[in-house]
Amino acid sequence: MSTVHENIAPARRTAARPAVRRRLTPVVIVYLALAALLVVGSVLVGMRGEVLLDQAGILNILTRATALGVVAIGQTMVILTGSLDLSVAYLIGLTSLIAAETMAGREGMIVPGLLLALAVAAGVGLVNGLVITVLRANAFIATLGVALILRGYLEHTYTGPAGDVPRGFQHLGYDRIGPVPVAALLMLAVVALSWWYLSRTRPGYHMYAVGGDVEVARLSGVPTRRVIVTAHVLCSVAAGLTGVYLASRLGSGAPYVGTDAGYDLESIAAVVLGGTLLAGGRGGVVGTLGGVLILATLDTIFDDLEVDPFFKDVVRGIVLVTAVALYARRMMADRARGRLA
Amino acid sequence: MTTATTTTVRMTGISKSFLGVPVLQGVDLELRGGEVHAVMGENGAGKSTLLKVLAGVHRPDGGTIEVDGDPVSFAGPTDAQRAGIAIIHQEFTLLPHRSVAENVFLGREPVRRMQVDRRRMVADTRELLDWLGEDGIDPTDAVSSLSVAQRQVVEIVKALSTNARVLGMDEPTAALADHEVELLYDLVRRLRERGIAILYVSHRMREVFDLSDRITVLKDGRFVTCAPTGELTSEALVRHMVGRDLGEYYPDRAAPADLGPVRLALRGAGNDRVRDLDIEVRAGEIVGLAGLQGSGRSAVARAVFGVEPFTRGVLEVDGTPRQVTRPRTAVRLGIALVTEDRKGDGLALRQSVRDNTLLVRRAALRGARSRARSDLPALLDLVTVVSRGEHQEVRFLSGGNQQKVVLAKWLAVEPKVLIVDEPTRGIDVGAKRAVHELLRDLARRGVAVLMISSELPELIGMSDRILVMHDGALAGELPAGASEGAVMALATGHGIGEVA
Repeated sequence: MSTVHENIAPARRTAARPAVRRRLTPVVIVYLALAALLVVGSVLVGMRGEVLLDQAGILNILTRATALGVVAIGQTMVILTGSLDLSVAYLIGLTSLIAAETMAGREGMIVPGLLLALAVAAGVGLVNGLVITVLRANAFIATLGVALILRGYLEHTYTGPAGDVPRGFQHLGYDRIGPVPVAALLMLAVVALSWWYLSRTRPGYHMYAVGGDVEVARLSGVPTRRVIVTAHVLCSVAAGLTGVYLASRLGSGAPYVGTDAGYDLESIAAVVLGGTLLAGGRGGVVGTLGGVLILATLDTIFDDLEVDPFFKDVVRGIVLVTAVALYARRMMADRARGRLA
Repeated sequence: MTTATTTTVRMTGISKSFLGVPVLQGVDLELRGGEVHAVMGENGAGKSTLLKVLAGVHRPDGGTIEVDGDPVSFAGPTDAQRAGIAIIHQEFTLLPHRSVAENVFLGREPVRRMQVDRRRMVADTRELLDWLGEDGIDPTDAVSSLSVAQRQVVEIVKALSTNARVLGMDEPTAALADHEVELLYDLVRRLRERGIAILYVSHRMREVFDLSDRITVLKDGRFVTCAPTGELTSEALVRHMVGRDLGEYYPDRAAPADLGPVRLALRGAGNDRVRDLDIEVRAGEIVGLAGLQGSGRSAVARAVFGVEPFTRGVLEVDGTPRQVTRPRTAVRLGIALVTEDRKGDGLALRQSVRDNTLLVRRAALRGARSRARSDLPALLDLVTVVSRGEHQEVRFLSGGNQQKVVLAKWLAVEPKVLIVDEPTRGIDVGAKRAVHELLRDLARRGVAVLMISSELPELIGMSDRILVMHDGALAGELPAGASEGAVMALATGHGIGEVA
């Protein structure tokens, strides 16, 4: 928690835990793992006479991390709240199309296209949230259902890419400062904003509370339904941002742009890799960013090494399972300490 | 004239049904500032529901609530809080992953410049903790790192932080050890002196007589009586509650002839919680294990049962040294553990009475024996479970009946060694007595029983011998019928000699 009180705490604490254990939170672990991965990756790529973290390498990692990062941040919010969103991948496709078709190559329609795409995304989030809170459907099933509805609409209406993104908007996808894409900076801004929202504002506190225990939150006067609906709206808006960003990179909208990259499961993987409990109540976006960067770095290393794509998936699976097992062990240790009686 | 004469809250004709089952029927209650008003009744009498109606958790189907003469209607707990009413619930309402301060201000976080004012939250929480003399708890500690008793304090701080004028407490001592109960008494008295009205729900007779000014008795959701505590005797109170006399009665102890061979023996056993344990429990006897919260009582139970196994020393079952490293091994060896957390560890709440009862048998035994359920009714009869049939989900049963299902679950595999941890916590007088008789009956049939309890009268009344733990080790052994003073002396780290 806050460092201000850390100075007072040790003297008052009756049974202080070893400092090292306390500091080795999932967030720290995930960034240590990222650092280790960068070192190992640099060595492996270096053995082929190439450089992992050259301008192109950094650009590659950050570009991969941008799209996944924004969805994963939204996903972090719903998971923290004890929910889940499986509809983000199709929503990304839908919003890319809405943005591109509304813009239709006209510079003047950039803002309306953007706003319309995000408004539709917010609407989908609202539906997700209401189905879960008012109709009391399980989040997994509810968002899977919405995903199917979106898929049906996309498959019925589109056969391939559609719409046209004007030159002016393509800057969002391609402008960069040195090796750093502007979009990656915007993604970091979204991370910073969500970090502030989750750890400093009341609605953010309430997301942790609802995810920790809905009944406890309700009994404490937290408007639990509103919190869950808000999380879903924010998650869907994040997916909408990703859709818009991908449209700007592609130059048009595409129905399968979200599902081809598997952003639904990939974003959940990044969140869990980042140390957020799938059951909710514990974690945060800083860890998720680490998880996203690990996944993006892995991909870049594999590309540089020209690894068989099937082997890629095997390694990603191992990384994910290892991480979750590691966090679970730590949770068990915490739990055991808590019940000393 | 003090504030003690002004009526703060008046509930009139409160009714409430769940799924058509009436839980409260026309209950009246008047609560004055500066009094401790106890509400008593067996489990299922409607005490907790009454409290939750007052707290705005449940909306009454009928009746009125007045605060200072003005009729009020609560749409939710927040409305009740605004009217100055706060409740400490029976189940803990804290988020383990969040800090003390975050829990205290949950739902009411102070906001400054769009942000939660964490500095103020921590400072205000610390002030309240200091006022209670609880400087062992830091506002920035995660709740998961606190003991049960400390969590209780956080619950109280949480209620106080709403500037409550009316405080409801639902079985506040159920999870506390004896020495912590005294601290709670002090606290309740201090709150009363400040003019706060306290609605105190408890099963424990002694507590109610020590603390309360008036007592209201409920039975089967109906108002029975309300009288000043001084005008009631405990016998009269029990009569009002259960409609029959139930004194402090415990079944007869084991006669020397009842004792059989040593079933469970620990020789120099220990792990990182407990050390140097030498314990023998014979067939036919109930051995009490006393100690303060944190002394390692439950750790012994968990170690014997293989949850957190012993790392040193020897564990013998029927004279044979055994390695018990998992609960499954323990079950196979005939060891049973009734844990203190009935809902968390003891029952699959959403499963039926039958599935819960047969859980261990199905898991631990093989073949036809595991499928046999012909004796299920006999088992449930044995433990006198009252349910609407074996298919009812156990979460709908009262605490006492749930505990009986836990016991039936273990009896289904006929254990040789039965360890019970707080077997009667939070269950009503009648069920308590049934559990006591069942434990004694099992002992008589050759089971070795090791009983852990924070309730000293129960532990002393039931045990043939009492082992007392202090700080992870055995502090001494006392004979049947030892005094509470002798037990407490050992438990707090003083020798027997110093007591006499």
